[in-house]
Amino acid sequence: MKSLPLLFLGIFFMLAFSFTGIVLTSHVQFGALKQTTETLEADENGKPVMPEGETLYPLKEGGIALQGKEVYISMGCIYCHSQQSRRESFGADVARGWAQRATVPRDYISQSRVLLGTMRTGPDLVNVGGRLQGDGGREWHHKHLYNPQITSVGSNMPPFAFLYKVQAIDGAPSADAVTIPADSPYAPPAGYEIIPTRRAKALVEYLLSLKIDYSLPEAPILD
Amino acid sequence: MSDSTKETEGTVIPYTTNDSSMRAELSEIDRSIRTASVFFIVSAVGWLLLGTVFALIAAIKLHEPSFAVGTEYSTFGRMRAAHLNSMALGFGNNMIFGVCLWIMARLCRAPIRHGGLLLIAGAFWNIGLTIGIAGLIKGDITSVEWLEIPSYATPLLAISYILVGIWGVMAFRFRKGDHVYVSQWYFLGALFWFPWLYVIAQIMIIWAPAQGVVQSITNWWFAHNVLGLWLTPMALGVAYYLIPKVLGRPIYSYYLSVLGFWSLALFYNWAGVHHLIGGPVPVWLISAGIVASVMMVIPVVVVAINHHMTVVGLHREGWRSPTMRFVVFGAINYTFVSLIGSAMALRDVNLVTHFTHFTVGHAHHGAYGFFGMILFGGVYYMMPRMLHREWPSASLIKIHFWGSALGILLMVFALQIGGWIQGLEMNNPEIAFLDVVQNTMPWLKARSVSGFLLLVAHLAFAVNFFWMLFAAGKFRTKNTPTLLHTKEEGAV
Repeated sequence: MKSLPLLFLGIFFMLAFSFTGIVLTSHVQFGALKQTTETLEADENGKPVMPEGETLYPLKEGGIALQGKEVYISMGCIYCHSQQSRRESFGADVARGWAQRATVPRDYISQSRVLLGTMRTGPDLVNVGGRLQGDGGREWHHKHLYNPQITSVGSNMPPFAFLYKVQAIDGAPSADAVTIPADSPYAPPAGYEIIPTRRAKALVEYLLSLKIDYSLPEAPILD
Repeated sequence: MSDSTKETEGTVIPYTTNDSSMRAELSEIDRSIRTASVFFIVSAVGWLLLGTVFALIAAIKLHEPSFAVGTEYSTFGRMRAAHLNSMALGFGNNMIFGVCLWIMARLCRAPIRHGGLLLIAGAFWNIGLTIGIAGLIKGDITSVEWLEIPSYATPLLAISYILVGIWGVMAFRFRKGDHVYVSQWYFLGALFWFPWLYVIAQIMIIWAPAQGVVQSITNWWFAHNVLGLWLTPMALGVAYYLIPKVLGRPIYSYYLSVLGFWSLALFYNWAGVHHLIGGPVPVWLISAGIVASVMMVIPVVVVAINHHMTVVGLHREGWRSPTMRFVVFGAINYTFVSLIGSAMALRDVNLVTHFTHFTVGHAHHGAYGFFGMILFGGVYYMMPRMLHREWPSASLIKIHFWGSALGILLMVFALQIGGWIQGLEMNNPEIAFLDVVQNTMPWLKARSVSGFLLLVAHLAFAVNFFWMLFAAGKFRTKNTPTLLHTKEEGAV
């Protein structure tokens, strides 16, 4: 090859082509999606508009759950857990009960860092807060994070016991102690209790906050 | 020109000559880059060993989850990321800097100017990487695949990379002669593509994040192109240089070389979004990625024909040369891994392989079975010419080759068979998820065994390398190359 300008132009335009086609076009097409209500209604001209006074989805990130997301990121949870649900006819994501519907681009617009993931050594977590809720869910997550074998025998998830403190019970047991049955091999010694650190609590609040329990106009939850 | 290259129907054997003045010129070029190249290869060997240790810890953790769980620093997510970055940016990039810049300088017939500055740029690359990997182990990992290095280390990486890259471009700028060999196209393209990809991905994901899944799309445009437009062209450039050099036979077809280069540049660019098949991104984008992935068959088959037709009939010579053993193994695996990759992009296949260990096997097949093996071949060729001494031990080379070859093949089989089963079972909601996990265990254990084979191979390589580098002794003055069989053995 002797025409060097052609070589350089070719090298430049090949990458410019895919950069424009994949990255810039995506950015233009759906890089500025807005929150919306679950359904739209027609105004007097027949144009779809958002009804007044309804909640906008997806909800914004914030609070202790956002701190928990930092823990999720710093532990590299993404290497085994995805956060996306595929449509019902493509894979068993919905059939396994991981989510009630496929996720769409708008579901991720409020996230400062998107953690779609590409691996399912463990189950998908996009809607884990819909599967495990409230105090029961909180307790389950703490036991599971302290040692996954307590709740899920045979799991290959590593224990995150370093996010918990084992301390002597001083008077009455602490209210936030993780309740592990005394006959469990993972139970603390008698007179000791397992207390979640602030990071463990934040991480669990983040997991509880992961919910696809709302419809979007383009992705309704069907009964 | 005619005294430096053999022209045969438009193809050349790069720089083959018995002319003593030409040899002196080559020797001058080698000397100009020696310190920097040796530094890069020493760094690469160090990162290789460290990355292998991280890999083994991560691999064992997947079937023995209670292994090394005392601190957060050794948790699976961080060990896996430390492994990936040590291997890709530590081993891979240092090998590229060491081998490809040297080949570039030789092909340009231009001694490297200011080799000391190149050395400093290279040192900063390794300092930045050390800070980055220590930082991600400490907990500052970004959890963006292939971009895990924390943001306080990435500017240093970007700047030192660009400085190293400039030397490659400068060698080209001051070249002699007007024929530009196929390896030089690949090196120039890759040297230009990588910083563009890296800087854009850093900006759009970390510094000024784009909204929503545009991040993910940028992520996979980048990450797949690290393989496709950085590691792949560099390894192909090395193969295009070494095969004719070692065998003394020109590349089969110039026109196939041109077709292979431009079709790779066009199609690989677009292939990355196949990592998001089924995900929350527009279908047109996925379809474009699938089409490009399937079209990759063209450059792959073209390069396979070109390489095979160059080697055909000379397999015995190839088998005796340590360089050719590694390069041919890598080139064959390039064909296989790429065809498997194209198949994996098909929706029906991807439905099974996505989210499973199959993809992990595929990544290792490409990054190690193809790229790593060819670059190992490059080091076996380069070091004797740099140091004017031969490899001390043919046995250690054999241990390296067989450990690497059997190790990577075992890994690919284990992860791809296990991953396929995992995918089928995961798509069947009747099978409990924990059963799916349990059924991957034998395959994950086999993968750990393959990791030990690779560790043995890398130790053999490191021992041989440092022995050659530091030890005085009879091989310093040995003037015949270290081959893996004598002629008599080869004839058997």
